[in-house]
Parts: sequence; structure tokens; C-alpha cells
Amino acid sequence: MRAAGGPDVSVGDVLLSVEDVSLSFGGVRAVSGVSFDIRKGEIRAIIGPNGAGKTSMLNVINGFYHPQKGRITFKGETRSRMRPHDAAYGGIARTFQNVALFRGMTALDNIMAGRTLKMHANFFWQLLRYGPALREEVEHRKRVEEIIDFLKIQEIRRVPVGRLPYGLQKRVELGRALAMEPELLLLDEPMAGMNLEEKEDMSRFVLDVNDHYGTTIALIEHDMGVVMDLSDRVVVLDHGIKIADGTPDEVKRNQAVIDAYLGVAH
Amino acid sequence: MFYREAGQFKTNYAADVAVFPILQDRIGLGIILFIAAVIIPWFGSSFLIQAVMIPFLIFSLAAIGLNLLTGYTGLLSLGTGAFMGVGAYACYKLTTYFPNVNIIIWIAASGFFSAAIGVLFGLPSLRIKGFYLAVATLAAQFFLSWCFIRQPWFYNYNVSGAIEVPTRSLFGVPITGATATDTTRYFVVLGFVVVMTWAASNLVHGRIGRMWMAVRDMDLAAELTGIRLLPTKLLAFATSSFYCGVAGALLVFLWYGGAEPAVFDVNLSFFILFMVIIGGLGSLTGSFFGAALIFIMPIVLRYFPPKLGIPIHPATVEHIQYMVIGALIILFLIAEPAGLARLWQIGKQKLRVWPFPY
Repeated sequence: MRAAGGPDVSVGDVLLSVEDVSLSFGGVRAVSGVSFDIRKGEIRAIIGPNGAGKTSMLNVINGFYHPQKGRITFKGETRSRMRPHDAAYGGIARTFQNVALFRGMTALDNIMAGRTLKMHANFFWQLLRYGPALREEVEHRKRVEEIIDFLKIQEIRRVPVGRLPYGLQKRVELGRALAMEPELLLLDEPMAGMNLEEKEDMSRFVLDVNDHYGTTIALIEHDMGVVMDLSDRVVVLDHGIKIADGTPDEVKRNQAVIDAYLGVAH
Repeated sequence: MFYREAGQFKTNYAADVAVFPILQDRIGLGIILFIAAVIIPWFGSSFLIQAVMIPFLIFSLAAIGLNLLTGYTGLLSLGTGAFMGVGAYACYKLTTYFPNVNIIIWIAASGFFSAAIGVLFGLPSLRIKGFYLAVATLAAQFFLSWCFIRQPWFYNYNVSGAIEVPTRSLFGVPITGATATDTTRYFVVLGFVVVMTWAASNLVHGRIGRMWMAVRDMDLAAELTGIRLLPTKLLAFATSSFYCGVAGALLVFLWYGGAEPAVFDVNLSFFILFMVIIGGLGSLTGSFFGAALIFIMPIVLRYFPPKLGIPIHPATVEHIQYMVIGALIILFLIAEPAGLARLWQIGKQKLRVWPFPY
């Protein structure tokens, strides 16, 4: 448990709220009528059995999918749909279930790419690599090196990420998301396919990100131990419907959740 | 032993983000530039300069252009020949309308026309990629080829249907046309290639290069880092076509001295594409290697057997040349699918640890 107490543990106001969102692909309802909110500074977990609509939910939040119904309010601004670069500009960063790194680029370049939005030197300075372009490059390199130190990946800086082992790729991907200095960080199964040690490392990083940078985190994870330890509040989806929402303890005792995971006798 | 960066510590990020952080690389580059700018024009024969170096540099420039698009941004294009043609014809029209403006300016300006056409034909790239985009750019190739053949306005209603390069000079020295010397033209070409290669290298090592590569490697994730796909792809098309356009203008004005529309057909597109693939996708050095292999190798094969006194009929030499080139291309691709640039990198890595295996 990260902290004792009720749901008020999470500091701050609502950062993002999803209201009555429905999303279907043809006849398949991926998400129907789901509402929940994410508050500033908390770690919010989204869990549920396979096919519950968790990843669809994240895709709605950062604008890959456009829901047929519902509203998304982010930082007080309500819209019926986000667009990926709007989400990025607004401060939503994301990692993917199957690592989505830029495979041909080095770890350093991947994380530098995460800072694209913060860099402004125009094309002609870029051509000369002088003046603002060079200054910017050096300045952002410093920030990126801080992230590299933070994630302890100094020695793989210059390695093309396609050649890195899976666990490190996940870490570089987290680095790229952090480089965007997001307000809201969406982690889609950050610990999938990891061994115990790697999971512990990754959990530590997630907590540190939350502590050091004050980043709000929403994560999808299947490892219940991790979810219960890390998160402040948990929302549970099953077949696209929200079946529970609350602190880890409340959710653990919820009968609907137990039924969803263990099945019910008919 | 000699190529080793041990002991070269960087104490600030400015030194570490340099394009050539290793001292030996900088020395090597200096030597190559010295050879290109001093040794070759002084000691090179007219044949070496006119028939080897000038076209080699021009094709390298076109290969760099295509590499920015295909190698760095991952957008396959078969319209390179047409974009080079746009550059050549734009330069021709400009210099006939405004003969008093210096030709160097017009060669550079012709790139902008090519870039505009490139952007136009790059618009479908948001929706289609891979082979389908290649087919779309092939449409550009055929359409523009048709324009150059069928629209007499492009070649100033010349009866031959070809464009002829007028004599233009800089500070009283003719640099295009029949009276320009090989060496002068070589220096102009070299100047263009050096400056534009330097600029391309700056681009690909900075933010824009990373944006292009991000789009190439994983466009979904690129969008989420705030990279807008369409502007990024169109910028790649524009820059790439600019390079191809300038290369096309140089090709006609400083090498051929005149051109028929057939020069800019789809064969030229494939020719440049092969250079890029064999040289290495996503490598500027590779563009030079590719141009060298595809363009210079046949010349070597054609001229060396007679020099060595081997009595072969010229027609046979021609045939052998095609066979050898074909075999070499396949051999290189099997040995290193990532191109000559990768071989070069492996070589450098070996050199770095020499005499130890690793």
C-alpha cells in the first residue's frame, strides 16, 4: 500500500475526466458508457480481464480512437474527441503494450525525439546547425541526460534500440515519454513480460516519476501485486463496462470484481 | 591502432553533439576534401574530371536527396528522375527568361520549383505508404516525363525537342556551355555538393532528422510525441526534391551541356534508387558509396582491361561489365543488406579495436 486512508489520499483536483464514453467497432462494443476521473498527482490503475476495453480507453484518451458518444475533459477543457498531437501538446505522454520505439535510432535519439515539441529552432538554423539550433540541441541534451541518469541507462545511450533487450527497451520508452515532461503519463502494461527483478525496478521508476516530477500516472497492468502496491485508486473494466472504482482495498473486496476475475457459478 | 577515440574526452555537451565527435574522422574528412579540391583538379586528367568526378558528384547529390526521403523518412519514391527533370527545366526556363542573373543562383533556385512539385506529389503520402506510395510517385514520373516531351514551352519550342545549355559566366569565367573548362565546372559542382551535403548532415543530426526517422520507424508513436505526420512528410518531400532538382540542373548544365527529355525517364529514378539501396538507406556517406559503386565501377570495368593489355572486343567488355555489375550488386546485398554504409561502419568498428578481435 502506498498510503493509508481513503480516496482523499490523491492530492489535487481532477486533471482528466471521462464521461459516459462509448466506443464501438462495427458491431463490437469495446467501451460502453464508462465514466471516471484522474486527479492531479495520483497513480490511477485501470484493470480488468483480457478484452475489457482498457487499451481502447487509453487510445480514446490520447486520441487514437474517437468515441461515438461521451466527453473528455482535460485540464478544464471539454471535447468530444482528442487528436494525438493535441494530446501531446496538452501534456499527455504514453508508452505502449508492445514497445513502440523508433527502432532504427539510438536510445539517446529516441529520448531526444521525445523533446521535439519543446524545440523551436526553425529549418534554416537547423540547416546551419548553428545559433539557436545548436544552443537548443545542447540545452535539451542536458535535460535528456538527466532522464538517462534517472533511468540508469547511461551505458546504452548510443545503442540502436532494436538491439536492446526487452526490459531496457521498456525503460527507454518510459524515458521518451518522460522527455515530454507530461502532466499525465499513460502506461500500457509497463511490466508485461518482465521477470520479478525487472518488475521491481520498473515499479520503483513509476513511483519515483510520481514523486520527483509530480507526474500524474494512469497505468494498465495485469500483475495484481503491482497494481495494489502502486496505485492510489483503481478502476475496473469488464466487457467495456465499468464494474468498480475505488481504492485498491475497496476494489479487492468488491464482489463484481471477484466474479469478473474468477467467474461465477451458474 | 590509429583509429581510436580513447582519451578523447568530451567535457561539454556542445562537443558531444558535434556531427564528427571523433578527431580521426575530422582528419579523414579534411584529407578527402583536400584531395577533392586540390589534388584532383591539379593532377587529374580531363577524363577523370569530366567523365568520372563531375557525374559521380552529381549522382551522389541526387542519391542524398532520395535518401532523405526514402532512407530517413521511409517514403519510397520512384519519381526521382522527374524531380531532377523539374530542376533542369526550371533552371533552363529561368536562365532563358533572365539571362543576366547569375546561373549559380538559378541552379539553386531551380531546387525550389522541384520542391514545390515534390510537395504536390507528396500529398498522398499521408494516406498511402510503401509500394502504393511508390506507384503514386511513379504517376508523377510519367506525368512530368510527358510534360517534358509534349509541351514545347518547356524546351522553348526548340525543333530538336531538347534543351541546349547557353554559355553563362561568373566573374568573366564561363561556367556553363561549350567554352567552360572541365576544372571550372568541377569546382562549381564540388561547391554545390559540399555545401548541400554539409547542410543535409546538419539536418539529419538535429530535430528535423529525428522527426523524419521517428515517422519512418513508428508513425503512431511519432504522432504521440507531438510530431504532425503530414507536415513532416511534406517537408521530407520538399527537401528531397530540392536536392534532386539541384542535381538535375547540375546534370544538364554542368555535365551533359544539353538534354533530351528521355534523360529524365524512369530509368534515372531506378538508377538513383539503386544507389541509395546499395549505399545504405539512411546514410549520407552511403549515398556516395552507392553512387561510386553504380556509376564508377562500370567505368573502371570498361577501361581497365584494355589498359592492362587484355585483348577483349569492346562489345564483349560491355556485356561482361553488365554481368559483373549485376553479380556485384547481388553479392553486396547478400553480404550486407543494410548497404555499403553498414560495411563501412563495421570496418570502422574493427579498426577501432584492432589488433584485437573485440
